[in-house]
Amino acid sequence: MNPINSMKLDFESRSVNEGFARSAVSAFIAQLDPTVDQLADIKTSVSEAVTNCIVHGYRDRIGRVYISAALYEDGRIVIKIKDKGCGIENVEQAMEPLFTTGNSDERSGLGFSVMQSLMDKVKVRSKPGGPTVVTLERRISSKGDTNA
Amino acid sequence: MTTVEKTGEGELTARLAGDIDHHSVGEMRDIIDDAVDRDRPCLLVLDFGAVTFMDSSGIGLVMGRYKRMDEIGGKLKITNVPPQMRKVMRISGIDRLATIDNKGGTSK
Repeated sequence: MNPINSMKLDFESRSVNEGFARSAVSAFIAQLDPTVDQLADIKTSVSEAVTNCIVHGYRDRIGRVYISAALYEDGRIVIKIKDKGCGIENVEQAMEPLFTTGNSDERSGLGFSVMQSLMDKVKVRSKPGGPTVVTLERRISSKGDTNA
Repeated sequence: MTTVEKTGEGELTARLAGDIDHHSVGEMRDIIDDAVDRDRPCLLVLDFGAVTFMDSSGIGLVMGRYKRMDEIGGKLKITNVPPQMRKVMRISGIDRLATIDNKGGTSK
């Protein structure tokens, strides 16, 4: 199925861009007329994924974070968040609640748990030294859509 | 801007404001911890009334302050949490650690 609309953006892995990233995605999705709750769920999940790129992917350096989003006719939205940082050795472990490699910074280790709770699907593809791609999927049942 | 004020005998209230994410949380943490170290309150209240967004960085903030208050023998209370953020807090189980005052929003 081809998307009815799509966008791409990339930016430097500076923490100040976390707000920019979630706001940009949220502005793009607004055309599907999501509820306030749906929009907040997606913003929160994007924020988690982008923070992971900045805190973990590019631990000690500035790299680029890539986001693409596609909207489908059936109300699905698919967002990919990618970094070309250090990669994840053990994806399963990384997704466990409370697991974190972040130390002094009071990271809660709940980023993936939050994404999994708020999204319909969360997929992570990574390998050590390779790129990491987090794919988030959520169906937005448009308020006026009787088929939703 | 996050501010902390004395709201009673042995009680400090931190009014958090704006977005809580990995970018902003460090400054909030410093402001709160400085006040707690100075006053060593029995009760620390985190007021989320003016918070516009929160991801799991906010959970880290609450958990860290819970630990700090526990160390000095005090209590932590969370108040005025908007519904979306309550959802994120529930995922973490923070609601079992600290008292969450549900006034000012629909509870679920």
